[in-house]
Amino acid sequence: MPSDFFFPDPTGQVPSAEGYFGAFGGKFIPEALVAAVDEVAVEYDKAKHDPEFARELDDLLVNYTGRPSALTEVPRFAEHAGGARVFLKREDLNHTGSHKINNVLGQALLTKRMGKTRVIAETGAGQHGVATATACALFGLDCTIYMGEIDTERQALNVARMRMLGAEVVAVKSGSRTLKDAINEAFRDWVANVDRTHYLFGTVAGPHPFPAMVRDFHRVIGVEARRQLLERAGRLPDAAVACVGGGSNAIGLFHAFIPDEGVRLIGCEPAGHGIETGEHAATLTAGEPGILHGSRSYVLQDEEGQITEPYSISAGLDYPGIGPEHSYLKDSGRGEYRAITDDAAMQALRLLSRTEGIIPAIESAHALAGALEVGRELGGDGLIVVNLSGRGDKDMDTAARYFGLYDTDAEVAADAADTAEIEGDAK
Amino acid sequence: MSGNVQLLTDTLAAARAEGRSALIAYLPAGFPTVDGGIEAVEAVFDGGADIVEVGLPHSDPVLDGPVIQTADDIALRGGVKIADVMRTVREAHGATGKPVLVMTYWNPIDRYGVERFTAELAEAGGAGCILPDLPVQESALWREHAEKHGLATVFVVAPSSKDERLAQITAAGSGFVYAASLMGVTGTRESVGEQAQDLVRRTRGTGTELPVCVGLGVSSRAQAAEVAGFADGVIVGSAFVKRMLDAPDHASGLAAVRELAGELAKGVRGQA
Repeated sequence: MPSDFFFPDPTGQVPSAEGYFGAFGGKFIPEALVAAVDEVAVEYDKAKHDPEFARELDDLLVNYTGRPSALTEVPRFAEHAGGARVFLKREDLNHTGSHKINNVLGQALLTKRMGKTRVIAETGAGQHGVATATACALFGLDCTIYMGEIDTERQALNVARMRMLGAEVVAVKSGSRTLKDAINEAFRDWVANVDRTHYLFGTVAGPHPFPAMVRDFHRVIGVEARRQLLERAGRLPDAAVACVGGGSNAIGLFHAFIPDEGVRLIGCEPAGHGIETGEHAATLTAGEPGILHGSRSYVLQDEEGQITEPYSISAGLDYPGIGPEHSYLKDSGRGEYRAITDDAAMQALRLLSRTEGIIPAIESAHALAGALEVGRELGGDGLIVVNLSGRGDKDMDTAARYFGLYDTDAEVAADAADTAEIEGDAK
Repeated sequence: MSGNVQLLTDTLAAARAEGRSALIAYLPAGFPTVDGGIEAVEAVFDGGADIVEVGLPHSDPVLDGPVIQTADDIALRGGVKIADVMRTVREAHGATGKPVLVMTYWNPIDRYGVERFTAELAEAGGAGCILPDLPVQESALWREHAEKHGLATVFVVAPSSKDERLAQITAAGSGFVYAASLMGVTGTRESVGEQAQDLVRRTRGTGTELPVCVGLGVSSRAQAAEVAGFADGVIVGSAFVKRMLDAPDHASGLAAVRELAGELAKGVRGQA
């Protein structure tokens, strides 16, 4: 019986057996991890062809996660997008509040099949950490989450959620104290504890087979969205838009549309304070090919191969690398990538909140800001699907400080001017 | 100019002929400064090290524990460049005539250019490279250039390496084989893992003629003597770096690493 929700890439053409998407990917890992990474590849391949695995995963995705996720048309928001029709794929409505749970449940089942009893993971915004801690509670697995110290501060709510779920949260104090350093620390743990530990990697980067496996677990996003759009709008979209940090929600949305040549695939990278300031995390816009965290892909680095410190207001996008399949899509021209500033993302966050009653994650707000641009380019006949990859509850402290929403800020007067600005945008 | 792979091989063979293990020390370039780092390398040679691995610091040292991470941070904040690493190799080798290798991660070399890097390292008198995140199946381009320039490619093997991989790795490597004593990152440990002896035995079981040297976690004379009982070389890194970090000033740091090298040199001669 075929699965209703698990759609591993049916073509099986990319990546190659060695894990390459064109020039990108591969397996740049210490010898100590080779056996463990190979084991993941072998077990995933077995699971992919095992109807029992698909049955278990389907059951979880329906009865625990709440799939399929809704597709919501947002006409009041779309008035600001040049009149194009805009639909949101509501991954924010999944259990735990983001797309991350799709991959986590798949890999948690795999962990059980490998007979491992402990899971480690990295997290930036905390969404992958929360999803992992959730699955570990569900399956009775020990769980340690590595999170950059800066991120534990700006995402304190998610730290509390992970601890409530029984996970140990380790604040990583090395390097830039953000997502990349959390991944370094998780790799160090894995090398030392690989016998009983699975590294439940949270994005479509890392050594083969992670980019392909994590993509497969998220392909459901695009498969559902494609079907829902054909039913609701009667045609395929002109553009599929998603934010990209490591790139998991974007590849999840894009992948089912790759054969549909009329559908533009548009990834929105964090431009932070602006590409020209150097304070950004726009890897595909400003990076060069290199090796980070186990694979070859675009990387933010200096001329001697030192990784440069990224910046984004969004902890989930604050990463100097990108999944290798995105690098492949960029170089082949099939994918388009544009950079969205902190300010544009925050304006889009507030706009969706006030026009549609949906508070998006700051990560997803980058995609919304991108959709506003793309809509204006397409004009009134345009049809856009945006991956609303996560909900914004975790970001309320950042947003409240950004917009001055706390009473103590006493700057609520700015509110009226802000509203006028939004209304003005619509004209 | 060709690199010094032969000098490395001869040095290890000479130690074996003396019925002892070789002492291989690791220190990062640019730590605490470029000149200070060169002095430290010369001090450990003076104390009794046979071979030194000079670290090219990287922003993301995923296989290093806190001690070497700290030293790398100091070196990078001090602005260490690949040219400084080459100068460290040139001056340390020039002053002592002993083999000097570079240990680093793959991205700095990939970015700098493999041909440019290997040509410059050979010209500086380097003997080869250890690249712990470049597994054998991704190493063809590196090996082609390393061989062309007379540089050794030292691969790491781990307790988790299966026998068929050990065979692939020893067939592709040159200079020596770096056997990781345990599953973990760099840093001192109280005891050397029992896995180390088994790994050395399995590595030799491939039929390789390469010397097998053991590293990770070795810090004391007694541990060096223990490892010398079954390995061709003893590799010590974090213990040297820690001496430098703990020293109140640079002169006492140099004295401390010279003294440690002397102690370990007795260890590799079986004097526990």
